Amino acid sequence: MAIYKRPEALCDVTTHFCPGCSHGLVHRLVAEVFDEMGIVGDTIGVCPVGCAVMSYDYFACDMIEAAHGRAPAVATGVKRSLPDKFVFTYQGDGDLAAIGTAETVHSATRGENITVIFINNTIYGMTGGQMAPTTLPGQVTQTTPYGRDPKVAGYPVRVCEMVSTLTGTAFAQRVSVDSPNNVRTAKKAIRKAFEIQKAGLGFSIVEILSACPTNWGMTPVQALQRVRDEMIPYYPLGVYKDITAQKEEQA
Amino acid sequence: MTSEILLAGFGGQGILFAGKVLAYCGLAAEREVSWLPSYGPEMRGGTCNCSVILSDEPIGAPTVYDPDILMAMNEPSFLKFSDKVKAGGKIFIDSTLVDSRSSRDDITVYEIPATQLAEENGLTGGANIILLGLIIAKTGIISDKDIEAAISKIVPPTKPKLIENNMKAISIGRNYGC
Amino acid sequence: MSQEKKLMKGNEALAEAAIRSGCKCYFGYPITPQTEIAAYMAKRMPKVGGVFVQAESEIAAINMVYGAASTGTRCMTSSSSPGISLKSEGISYLAGSDLPCVIVNVQRGGPGLGGIQPSQSDYYMAAKAGGHGDFHMLVFAPSSVQEMADLAALAFESADKYRMPAMIFADGLLGQMMEPVAFPEISPAMPEKPWACTGHGNKREHNIVNSLYLVPEELERSNFERFARYETVKKELTLYDNFLTEDADIIVTAYGASARIARSAVTAARAQGIKAGLIRPKTLWPFPVQAYRDALSTAKAYLSVEMSMGQMVDDVRLAIECSRPVHFFGHTGGVVPTPSEVLEQIRKINSGLAK
Repeated sequence: MAIYKRPEALCDVTTHFCPGCSHGLVHRLVAEVFDEMGIVGDTIGVCPVGCAVMSYDYFACDMIEAAHGRAPAVATGVKRSLPDKFVFTYQGDGDLAAIGTAETVHSATRGENITVIFINNTIYGMTGGQMAPTTLPGQVTQTTPYGRDPKVAGYPVRVCEMVSTLTGTAFAQRVSVDSPNNVRTAKKAIRKAFEIQKAGLGFSIVEILSACPTNWGMTPVQALQRVRDEMIPYYPLGVYKDITAQKEEQA
Repeated sequence: MTSEILLAGFGGQGILFAGKVLAYCGLAAEREVSWLPSYGPEMRGGTCNCSVILSDEPIGAPTVYDPDILMAMNEPSFLKFSDKVKAGGKIFIDSTLVDSRSSRDDITVYEIPATQLAEENGLTGGANIILLGLIIAKTGIISDKDIEAAISKIVPPTKPKLIENNMKAISIGRNYGC
Repeated sequence: MSQEKKLMKGNEALAEAAIRSGCKCYFGYPITPQTEIAAYMAKRMPKVGGVFVQAESEIAAINMVYGAASTGTRCMTSSSSPGISLKSEGISYLAGSDLPCVIVNVQRGGPGLGGIQPSQSDYYMAAKAGGHGDFHMLVFAPSSVQEMADLAALAFESADKYRMPAMIFADGLLGQMMEPVAFPEISPAMPEKPWACTGHGNKREHNIVNSLYLVPEELERSNFERFARYETVKKELTLYDNFLTEDADIIVTAYGASARIARSAVTAARAQGIKAGLIRPKTLWPFPVQAYRDALSTAKAYLSVEMSMGQMVDDVRLAIECSRPVHFFGHTGGVVPTPSEVLEQIRKINSGLAK
């Protein structure tokens, strides 16, 4: 019988994440994939500025802390230096889709053989709940106190849709961690992304719809309900691009 | 001895290339050498110039302001630089393209219809090197041995025809008016 | 064989020297007047098993350097003034994470988009404020095409040795001019880099490259440690050249392309019987403070010649604690001072001394 325990790819430390935050869960999924693939010793992670900044203390692989938004550029430098190692970034929505949009898009279009784990929780968490590029229309945040008004603040960025148009993107899937079923799908997607990297096929991204109860002003249960009721309709789950599936179809 | 040379003309006339040949001559003669191009929008069709210094001393400022030798391949360059030539200096002009003449009596001006000669000899684009040939003949700053070494250094060995053409242009310039 | 002299542009000589010094990754973005470096790297890197990436921005390029440097790989980026402003974020992170790398600034006139002609107006940015926070980088100031090559080699070696970003601080004139250059045979010996993120292979604790310290006392300690290292650097790596300074009444000082012009002027001044000499810093950080102090035994005045509105002149005044008049002469915006203009300044200062 399998005993539920801490994955070896996670360090034995207490995280700083808030109760009900999805980060801890996603960390665990990534670490389980590392354990299953046996790659923690061959992996270099790049963490962002934002809530996941201290992931360097949590993941047991070698870790590099990047400047805000620059993780994909840093990962490019790492991967080009060490093409045989696994390289991943772990980024939030402000980091990936606002200040780091250029780095995201161009590492994708270059087909950098890296994996991006993208946490979309529609808000800047670390700085206390400001509008993110993924904040939904009408959503109240510190900097959209009357709700995000697209006439003033524009519309949310749909990252998977955007990057899946790029030829260099090999794999893009949006998942959620709001239910046990979705958590299992999320883990499969993460595994798939690293398998794509292992095969040297190019840029892979897994967008994970996540809850931020603290900055949403909700209980953890309410927050997960919001993921289901508000986020998933706006950010539909699914595989946006998978060049291995396309090949199978052609075959 | 130090020779400060300014080569000037339109982009596309091979001003920088001619300067490079001179610089390689200096290198072949084991002298101190510097080559400095004007750069920027000039590179793309405007006026263009190039400073070359050949010296037996370490070279300080690489920009030639008051040349000993001026090679002018168009009217604007001649007008811009002819008054800057040092007293006792020499100006070499492509008389196919430069109409003005200097009124100075403290310099020597050599005229050669280099562009016309190039056309006549099937060396289109070789006016710059014809002018170099004349400079060699009239200044003695470069030896025959060095010019050959320089050209074969710059032109890739895979293009023997080009080496031949350049040497032919040199000899047209050198023998002009003899 | 390798000692045979070639005529090369300063930018190309620097690129070739970088490759010979073991630079395995180059990340760049086009900007005049340094684009030859990127073009050279694009051509050569694939032939020598190296990496060339044209980044989407200067910011991405410096962060690719950050990534490559984190793995212990010798790496470089190059740009010109406006691009270096963009890189300053990354430079601060590199310094804060103690990562070795080489950054080239082939300066052009500023501020703003400025111009594309040679300038030295980024002195403050290079020597004082390369980014936010308490840090320094090594700043090498070549003054010839040969030095573009020689100092590039030294920059890679020193960056590794002291775990610091190193800057090659040139200008459009040095980048574009051709001079004969020889490449001494160098065997790029790299120190061990046990801190590098290369994948631990389950054989050691995980390495972390990081500049974040949320506890103020920890951040202060890390800065103290870094500054203690800087003191060692000052002792070991302060480089300068003296020219005719032994008996000089007037110490002219300049770096890079300006130093060539100043040297011509000093030679001309000597020919007129004026006792002028030249101090040429080859490192701007560390700044050769002692060279200026040593010259006090004969110097009655100093003159800093720069292609700026006067930046290094402040450091000269500080070096001698304003114990002599320190004059400034310069041009800015891409205008290059001429030897005769500098000579005129020397003559003016000299006639002031006579009174």
